[in-house]
Amino acid sequence: MTSFWSAWISVITIAVIVGCFLLVVRTRKSEVFKDTTTETVGHTFDGISELDNPLPRWWFNMFILSIVFGIVYLFLYPGLGNYKGYLNWTSYNQWEEEMAHADKHYQPVFSRYAQLSVEQISNDEKARQIGQRMFANNCALCHGQGGVGAFGFPNLTDTNWLYGGDGSTIETTITNGRNGAMPPWGAVLGEEGIRNVTSYVLSLSGQEVNPKLAAQGKVTFASTCVACHGADARGIAALGAPDLSDNTWLYGGSFEQVSHTIRQGRSGVMPAHKSLLSQDKIHLIAGYVYGLSR
Amino acid sequence: MLKHDTIEKNLGLMVILVIIVISGGGLAEIVPLFFQKQTTVPVEGLKPLTALQLEGRDIYIREGCHVCHTQQIRPFRAETERYGHYSVAGEFVYDHPFLWGSKRTGPDLARVGGRYSDDWHRAHLYNPRDVVPESIMPSYPWLFSDKVNGEDTPKKMRALRSVGVPFTDQAIASSSADVDGKPEIQALIAYLQQLGTVMSNRR
Repeated sequence: MTSFWSAWISVITIAVIVGCFLLVVRTRKSEVFKDTTTETVGHTFDGISELDNPLPRWWFNMFILSIVFGIVYLFLYPGLGNYKGYLNWTSYNQWEEEMAHADKHYQPVFSRYAQLSVEQISNDEKARQIGQRMFANNCALCHGQGGVGAFGFPNLTDTNWLYGGDGSTIETTITNGRNGAMPPWGAVLGEEGIRNVTSYVLSLSGQEVNPKLAAQGKVTFASTCVACHGADARGIAALGAPDLSDNTWLYGGSFEQVSHTIRQGRSGVMPAHKSLLSQDKIHLIAGYVYGLSR
Repeated sequence: MLKHDTIEKNLGLMVILVIIVISGGGLAEIVPLFFQKQTTVPVEGLKPLTALQLEGRDIYIREGCHVCHTQQIRPFRAETERYGHYSVAGEFVYDHPFLWGSKRTGPDLARVGGRYSDDWHRAHLYNPRDVVPESIMPSYPWLFSDKVNGEDTPKKMRALRSVGVPFTDQAIASSSADVDGKPEIQALIAYLQQLGTVMSNRR
């Protein structure tokens, strides 16, 4: 702040305080030490007249007290322009102190668990509890309380993993996020093609379908879908392409839902958390998630 | 000598004195902010909203999101742990009006950008209880059927430019075509996904 604005603020603030003090004192009725008076303010309403009593003393004192409070406050805290205040307080200092205090208390705990592997954390009762709290704060909005997932958001308690379920892969997924990309095939395959491929895909998980359509779909699948889902349709974890032969469906497993997925494509995004959570916390959450499916 | 009687019985004088007394706070607390670097210089990397994000912002205002959600993270550990780095004034230089809000029925949204996927926002705005069973937030299903009308977008951008938001001529010229006919949900999510992302370290 320039010295002009510093002076501007200081002068106005002090002038207001002094002004308030003068106003309170100077406009006070002369009968300072009298509690009541017989003098009226000079008008009557239906024969009722208003007595011109001075402000009660306690009330007057409240004014004075608030002025004294203001002066003490301005001495202790940074209120007058560039004056830093006797306590040298700023909101940022206070925040940094809070952070340092918390670091001192919690960092040893985090450091201890940082030594353990994700798999070890999942076996440590205390660490899992810490992970559970952070999961509830950061992950449960999409993956649900307890990690059971929702339509479009993976269930973390089963053993099916899009990108792999070992400790370090889970940690990587949380840290850097994932971008699933199933392109829309509606324009390429046409409605008939979609129907055939859907029939074939559903037949893989043992659902009853028209075998003729499924046979045609198998041909399309072999030329179009294998690149990501693999020749055996078991999925490719490196691409996040799901296994289509199990009966686990992220976007629903009905005929309409699978057709819709093929027609419109899907883009399941797991946001990266490296700028949102410290690595120590991600490590603990990974341990908790790892433990969920076991 | 200024007597109580004199002031009380002289309305014009009382009005003037009241104005002097209450303007003290504004002169000392508000006026200097218009001339401080912290409040007038944008933080590094701050860009004006795109046309679509701008329309999303107007939907945010129209639906009253700011009534239940704040957009200011205070410098307390409890807040920075949950929402990320505390808000700084330079992040809001292009905001007219500010959407800081004053009541948190829902969580703060100052740094919600990138925290959840677009799909999550769609599911959540269509019916919050589909993804957060205990949520009390209202559903906004009409955002999925209603379309953005781009007719006034260039006017809005020009108005904002006149108060200092550096929209380019090109951005204004293409703004109508950029937003017209897009679902409102798309505009709102575009707005939400950029909130607070200008500060890269949000831990």
